Amino acid sequence: MKLLKVLAVCITVLAMAALTMAGTLEDVKAKGFIQTGVNGSLFGFGKADNKGVWKGLDVECARAVSVAVFGDPDKLKFTPLTAKTRFTALQSGEIDMLFRNCTQTLSRDTALGLDFGVVNYYDGQGFLISKKLGVKSATELDGATVCVLPGTTTEQNVADYFRTNGMKMNPVVIENTAELAKAFFAGRCDCLTSDASQLAGTRAVAPNPGDYMILPEIISEEPLAPAVRHGDNKWKDIVNYSVLALINAEYLGITSKNVDQMLKSDNPKIKRFLGVTPGIGKALGLDEKFAYNIVKLIGNYGEVFERNVGVNTALGIERGLNALWTEGGLMYSPPFK
Amino acid sequence: MSKAINNNTENISFWYDPDKRSVMYQIGAACLFVFVAWYLVSNTMTNLEKQSIATGFGFLNTEAAFEIGESIIEYSAADRYMRALWVGFLNTLLVSFIGIILTVILGTFLGIARLSKNWLINKCAAVYIELFQDIPILLQLFFWYAFFYETLPSPRDAVNPFSGLFLCNRGLIFGIPQSHPVYKYMAIALIFAVIIIFFMKKWAKKRQDLTGKTFPVFYTSITLIIGLPFVCWLIGGAPTEMSIPVLKGFNFKGGMSISPEFAALLLGLVLYTAAFVAEVVRAGIQSVNRGQTEAAKAVGLKSGQVLNLIILPQALRVIIPPLTSQMLNLTKNSSLAVAIGYPDFVSVAGTAINQTGQAIEGVMLIMVVYLIFSLSTSVFMNWYNKKMAIVER
Repeated sequence: MKLLKVLAVCITVLAMAALTMAGTLEDVKAKGFIQTGVNGSLFGFGKADNKGVWKGLDVECARAVSVAVFGDPDKLKFTPLTAKTRFTALQSGEIDMLFRNCTQTLSRDTALGLDFGVVNYYDGQGFLISKKLGVKSATELDGATVCVLPGTTTEQNVADYFRTNGMKMNPVVIENTAELAKAFFAGRCDCLTSDASQLAGTRAVAPNPGDYMILPEIISEEPLAPAVRHGDNKWKDIVNYSVLALINAEYLGITSKNVDQMLKSDNPKIKRFLGVTPGIGKALGLDEKFAYNIVKLIGNYGEVFERNVGVNTALGIERGLNALWTEGGLMYSPPFK
Repeated sequence: MSKAINNNTENISFWYDPDKRSVMYQIGAACLFVFVAWYLVSNTMTNLEKQSIATGFGFLNTEAAFEIGESIIEYSAADRYMRALWVGFLNTLLVSFIGIILTVILGTFLGIARLSKNWLINKCAAVYIELFQDIPILLQLFFWYAFFYETLPSPRDAVNPFSGLFLCNRGLIFGIPQSHPVYKYMAIALIFAVIIIFFMKKWAKKRQDLTGKTFPVFYTSITLIIGLPFVCWLIGGAPTEMSIPVLKGFNFKGGMSISPEFAALLLGLVLYTAAFVAEVVRAGIQSVNRGQTEAAKAVGLKSGQVLNLIILPQALRVIIPPLTSQMLNLTKNSSLAVAIGYPDFVSVAGTAINQTGQAIEGVMLIMVVYLIFSLSTSVFMNWYNKKMAIVER
């Protein structure tokens, strides 16, 4: 298995050497689908359901891009990627865009040859812990054994947190999310650390979700954003404005149900957004109706959020930072004009 | 006749001369190789640069900023990547080294058991070999790891069969002697004992060759190995203070511990590889003609002596080359550690790759490290093989 991975990287290097850099939009249109890197095992963000249909907040944001380019939410092929392989897959051209709960950081944005798009989920790292231990705060975790997923910013964050608080920790690093969760539920570790959204997802699949709690401390800032290859600005614009269309639709009060009525609206912002007044489509090199299509076929950001991770799902996550800026959150779209 | 050939060679044109032609092919092949290598490297470099991906090994000198679960040297997140990778290297070395020794011992026992005339022992060994050979190693590792963390209790309910030893899902934690200068001298005494034994063995063999008198090398060796350090310990004041593990907060403090990850990896690798080694040993012993055993018995050797002096020296010739390859397999399979959370070299390098994004350099390091492990094992085993080869008289 290890050998295969090494081989895969070697082949990637060869592929990189042979890669001719055409525009991603042209490539995607020529082959008729967008190859999208997703998580593959994260409930609520990127996971296929028991019928094989891909579901999740990241997946639906990717579908928005597919709608923008093809007018069809299903012109996507998904590549499930581990935290370790995701950036290499994008660098090498194996995928066209990455929607895999990736934290935007300076070094990733620069040294990895990636460009991050607009944030589609504001997250932060926390701790999941068994209630039996009676721990109320992360500051009581001195000497704890901590289950960590490798290949993420989480290893570094948790080490930083323990160092700054003068505490010791003992990490157990297991590559596979499911294996890691199993070891944690069996009691191998005192706590599990990851992004709070992932902890909610992990707790939802616990044998007894009620036995576990997420500690109040959030120890890092994790703006999760899609990523594309560095230097292809046109493609990055398309990915960005597809996600922003979801946010802007919510801001303008347009939902998948009322979008057809909104076509008759007198509001110039809505007219421009839905393509009644042409302009935004041409600017991006897309259909004038791309934003209309996104809202019609997928919905607005609020709908996507509530459907996948909101309070009425198994994850039960509040909007919090992910509410619109008008409602105390950070979701903000530049004007579509 | 020879003149005719000479005439012939002179007549052959440059392009049709087989000698010159073969040289041309060699040069052509070399050029092609250099060109392809140059093309790949330069193209990769340009593309990396174009995508502004960092290159080079400079990252080794920057702060690692991540913790590692277990280490046989001091390590903290404030250390550099270099040190973190060194920790991973030593962890791989540790599990491979102990694994190889246990595998050879267990494999030899099983191989001999497989040839036993006792029906029960014979069949048990056969079942074991078939079972462990046929289940993929990764599944075995998952099984042992899950077995440890599912069955063992939490540290608060740790099994404590006798004072100073605890068994829980954090591992096997046991008391060790409190550090004291005398232990250093005991180690030196042990090395000293080994050197004495080496020369004593040579002397005993020479004496036996000359006079025919045997010397109890085995018992003397045991006495020396235990006795010298013991005397040293007595002289040093016989310190008996122990570092006993105590449950403090989440985990045990003091003593030494063997983690479930290490135990699962070691157990999985040893049980799996020993099945193959057993077959190698069986084949080696069977390759020695039965007549040899009969002849040795006829001369009056005891059965232990038959095995030691007659069968093993001949069987080893057959055993060593495939045994070497099993040792290499064990070392390489140890990289599956990443699946069950043991921080081996691949695991640590993987984290380094992810944090720095320098996959090409990281994978190159992994390849170099495994090459070093494999080549040094091969070199040692080839030397041993040459030493063991039967000298034709």
